[in-house]
Amino acid sequence: MTDAAPTGGTPAEGGGRVARVVLVDDHRMFRTGVRAEIGRTEVTGIDVVGEADDVESAVRVVAETRPDVVLLDVHLPGGGGVEVLRRSAGLMGEQVKFLALSVSDAAEDVIGVIRGGARGYVTKTITGTDLVNAVFRIADGDAVFSPRLAGFVLDAFAATDTPPVDEDLDRLTQREREVLRLIARGYAYKEIAKQLFISVKTVESHVSAVLRKLQLSNRHELTRWATARRLV
Amino acid sequence: MLGGVAHGLAVHLGLPVAWVRVAFVLLFFAQGIGALLYAAFWFVVPIGIGEPAQRGGAHWVYVNGAFVPAGSWQASGASGAELSKGRRGWIGRLRELLQHALQGEPATAVAEPGGEPAPGRAGRRQGGLGQLAALVMVVIGLIALLNALGVQTARPYTWPLLAIGVGVALVWRQADDSRWQRWFGLEEGEKRRGAYTRVGGGVLLVVAGTIAFLAMQGSGSTLGSVVEASLAVLAGVLVLVGPYALRMWQDLGAERTARIRAQERAEIAAHVHDSVLHTLTLIQRRAEDPKEVLRLARAQERELRLWLYRPEAVAEDAPDTMAESLRAVVAEVEDRHGVPVELVVVGDCPMDERIAAQMQAAREATVNAAKYGGGGPVQVYAEVEGETVSVFVRDHGPGFDPDTVPEDRMGVRESIIGRMKRNGGTARVRPAPDGGTEVELEMERTND
Repeated sequence: MTDAAPTGGTPAEGGGRVARVVLVDDHRMFRTGVRAEIGRTEVTGIDVVGEADDVESAVRVVAETRPDVVLLDVHLPGGGGVEVLRRSAGLMGEQVKFLALSVSDAAEDVIGVIRGGARGYVTKTITGTDLVNAVFRIADGDAVFSPRLAGFVLDAFAATDTPPVDEDLDRLTQREREVLRLIARGYAYKEIAKQLFISVKTVESHVSAVLRKLQLSNRHELTRWATARRLV
Repeated sequence: MLGGVAHGLAVHLGLPVAWVRVAFVLLFFAQGIGALLYAAFWFVVPIGIGEPAQRGGAHWVYVNGAFVPAGSWQASGASGAELSKGRRGWIGRLRELLQHALQGEPATAVAEPGGEPAPGRAGRRQGGLGQLAALVMVVIGLIALLNALGVQTARPYTWPLLAIGVGVALVWRQADDSRWQRWFGLEEGEKRRGAYTRVGGGVLLVVAGTIAFLAMQGSGSTLGSVVEASLAVLAGVLVLVGPYALRMWQDLGAERTARIRAQERAEIAAHVHDSVLHTLTLIQRRAEDPKEVLRLARAQERELRLWLYRPEAVAEDAPDTMAESLRAVVAEVEDRHGVPVELVVVGDCPMDERIAAQMQAAREATVNAAKYGGGGPVQVYAEVEGETVSVFVRDHGPGFDPDTVPEDRMGVRESIIGRMKRNGGTARVRPAPDGGTEVELEMERTND
């Protein structure tokens, strides 16, 4: 999109495409802020089609509107983001995708929603531009890792004494580790591609593979690790 | 050595433990008074006095959606925090051994996942011997006592009495254990089964001892009817008192939960009051100074995050590790230069001289990134992999060529590259692929 946004807004990522988004957060102020920042459809290409402030209403609104992407807070009254994911599991098979958006720094919160089926996690300090990009990337079926999530995942898959239950899932390949490390270092996909001499598409497929492993991996430590780790 | 009594007493009296022990042993031989005293003190001396609340920081209990230190809800709040730092000299070892007393179970292996089971195993054997010695002493003391009381004429009574004594000891020890269990947050499950067995064994011993005692006194013939009558009375009492006892038990539990909740709420309120409310007030006063407001808000956010999500990190005298010191460095730079710094740390390790030097270099690199990085967020990533600690500092500024930096500019050359080299590490400064600069610092940990 070429028309520059008057207020320093973002050019739409989707090339004229519109992504339908539902905001789930128990803080009205935050929803209003996000809506103001990314909800100007003609500028950002994002159409906020619904809002919800607890698990019940979130499940209902998502089922009614069937958005492309749900921006999901981790902490919600009525069971949290994980509960919304659990109850919306049927919709995930179709087009609805979830992106966790949280202030939480607790690894178990973050890993929890990712394992619940969210396609990515970003912190609430993210800029409007980056959030719009993330939404479109999620809508396209890609996974979105913030540096912090990459750090959590590296930590979770770090070498432990116990042998993995399922070799294929419980290990990250060398390349996947490299990609994650670069994300944690603050590299964008484009930069990672350049650095590793691979295409952006390949980077995307690595990230998706990591996400799949994270969601399916049956190593029990994943959930326990967060509390047990600290100090090598 | 059996019940930690000597230690508790030693702490109470301010004497070396060894003295107290020797005194006890001597008293054992002085007609067994030691054994009596020991038993008496076992009941009276509060266990755990002056003990390091063993690695209290490592145990967190999940209460109402938040992790709280397992120990600190009990009265040991302060000591738990002070002594939590994984300090485990011989006292820790001893305590561990005590926990195995009469159980022979590796308590620490359960208590400390991912911890260090090795030293425990090494010490266990010696401890077993010590324990045995202590037991033998107690038995000798008891026999001496019995002798002193002139029971030797009725030798047959010795064994029933001994059985009763051991039974009582077993049950009491179990009470101790359950107390420890609560304090140290030991995991339930198999342990509990073991506990039941021990209590059951103790009760059996006492009953058997009593019956034997009675039998020897010649009242064996009436034993049957006596037992029947006692059982009937016991059943009657149970039927009458049972509901009340149950009710009381439940009330007690409920009250305890309520108290814990209230305490937790008070704790949170206190923290929010001390930090968040003060900051908000400050922000209102300085609303016209956006830079200061930003700084305050950021500092507060960081502190609150730390408090909410990494509770052990804000415990008094926080662990001195790489992650902690890097966090401090980042916080300082963020505040001083007013540029957001995003920090991601994978793994952690204790500080040593080299890592300290690396942290200094990282600080310099972060300052540079904050100053010349065009005001955008600075990304700091640290990783501990085996013995290697790597730190990456990245900005999204215009970037610069290290070769064109004039000779007299010492920042990068001395503070970062030179410092890393002098301490046996490496530093690389390079442009990031899509603009900006990245500094990579790599250091091997000191092998001790």
